[in-house]
Amino acid sequence: MLSLRDLSTSYGPVHAVRDVSFTAQEGQITAVLGANGAGKTTLLRTISGLLRSRHGTIELDGRRIDRLSPERMPALGLAQVPEGRGVITELTVDENLRLGGLARGRVRPADLQRVYELFPALADRRAAVAHVLSGGERQMLVIGRALMSRPRMLLLDEPSLGLAPRIVTQIFGLVRSLVEDEGLSVLLVEQNARSALSIAHRGIVLNLGRVVADADADVLADDDQLRHAYLGF
Amino acid sequence: MQQLVNTALSGLTLGMVYAAFALALVMIWRSTRVVNFAQAPMAMVTTFVALAVIDAGHSYWLGFGLALLSGLVLGAVVERVVIRPVEGKPEINAVILTLGLFIVLHALASVVFGNRYRSFPAPFGVRGVEVGDTTLGITGFGIFSIAAVLVVMALLVLLFRVTDLGLRMRAAAYHQEVARLLGVRVGRMLTLGWALASVVGSLAGLLIAGGSLVHPGFMDSIVVFGFVAAVLGGLDSPVGAVVGGLLLGLSLSFVSGYVGSQLVALTALAILMLVLTLRPGGLFSQPAQRRV
Repeated sequence: MLSLRDLSTSYGPVHAVRDVSFTAQEGQITAVLGANGAGKTTLLRTISGLLRSRHGTIELDGRRIDRLSPERMPALGLAQVPEGRGVITELTVDENLRLGGLARGRVRPADLQRVYELFPALADRRAAVAHVLSGGERQMLVIGRALMSRPRMLLLDEPSLGLAPRIVTQIFGLVRSLVEDEGLSVLLVEQNARSALSIAHRGIVLNLGRVVADADADVLADDDQLRHAYLGF
Repeated sequence: MQQLVNTALSGLTLGMVYAAFALALVMIWRSTRVVNFAQAPMAMVTTFVALAVIDAGHSYWLGFGLALLSGLVLGAVVERVVIRPVEGKPEINAVILTLGLFIVLHALASVVFGNRYRSFPAPFGVRGVEVGDTTLGITGFGIFSIAAVLVVMALLVLLFRVTDLGLRMRAAAYHQEVARLLGVRVGRMLTLGWALASVVGSLAGLLIAGGSLVHPGFMDSIVVFGFVAAVLGGLDSPVGAVVGGLLLGLSLSFVSGYVGSQLVALTALAILMLVLTLRPGGLFSQPAQRRV
């Protein structure tokens, strides 16, 4: 569904992503793993259009999207979920969610209802300013907001960052069930490789901007050498 | 007693106009982190547009409407042409540009409209409203001023709190990158924000001008008072701007009425210094939020 070919992105002279090629299949969770500075977030920001690639192509269902601006992505069904700091803290929970709906044109009350059912913690605080939310609630809010735009593919940026293991399990479980029950596709960028591989179908390992492994998630999890060298567990 | 009431009433009228002007400054500050010093000459230019229309024999209201409309256009043009090119650079660049624009608009107005005092009409009486046999210190035009500012504020509150467009504009102001990921055309929202702020500034210009004299520099002192009012309220808070404007209007009116009108400008500066010393974030500042 989402295919990258020979994608390179640089910050000035620094090549943060080099010649990356892989495909994220429809209805699957594809995990992009690697240490800090491996180029994971740069990759994600290039896909969502916040950064321009130096060369290479990005295709969504065969259509090139690598020269589109980020504003166009929600309409194509691609929703980037920035990690927890992507909550607009000055707005209320409800307003954050409505913005997600507006990304696809308008707010559908049924979608809002569904997000509140998925995240009861948010339903209790819908009128609260998002500033008061905990880290876990913020992560739920950014995921819920992305769901409001009825995406076909979620780009998740480090959803486990700074969260307690219990919350991470909860959020990852929810992502997995969205994929299994509703056919959502997910590109999951994670430093927490162990948790990510536990729900992913496929894993891509980045090191210094290059792909060093691309295999089924259980194969990666069983590869001791790779785990020790790049994934830290 | 009568003097007290009258001083308060004229302070209220003036305060409302300062509030409108401060609100215009706050709207731009919130969305682009720029103090728009050109707000005063921009309002001056649109007031002269109204004067030109009225002098051509049309009604006051046509001039009023066209002035607000030209404010809308002028604000959008300034954002696109002057501010946009320096977006993403240090904010001081944009601030210096607004100062430059201040001078340019002044010079242009002197050339186009003439560097002299001209009287500006008012649609309502500019003499005190009479209740029984006492004359109150508020004019028909004063009442109109207060009502006009209140209506504009109510419309802005509705726009920002209730409509989808307002939600998009706030998102763009608070968090540009996230707004873009959510499909918000941030550039358009900023242009619209400047346009609307310029309308509010133009309204303040028209209200200051009504029944009084205008010349290319007639708004210059207002930018000082408007800025003081905005800082008083905390620069970030629209409600603060309004309260700051009213407080400033009342204080200056009482100083002018009871102490001496020559101390007005000094008082404004004293208030500014006092607030900056005691509560640097303004009266409505919230405790510094943890930026995460």
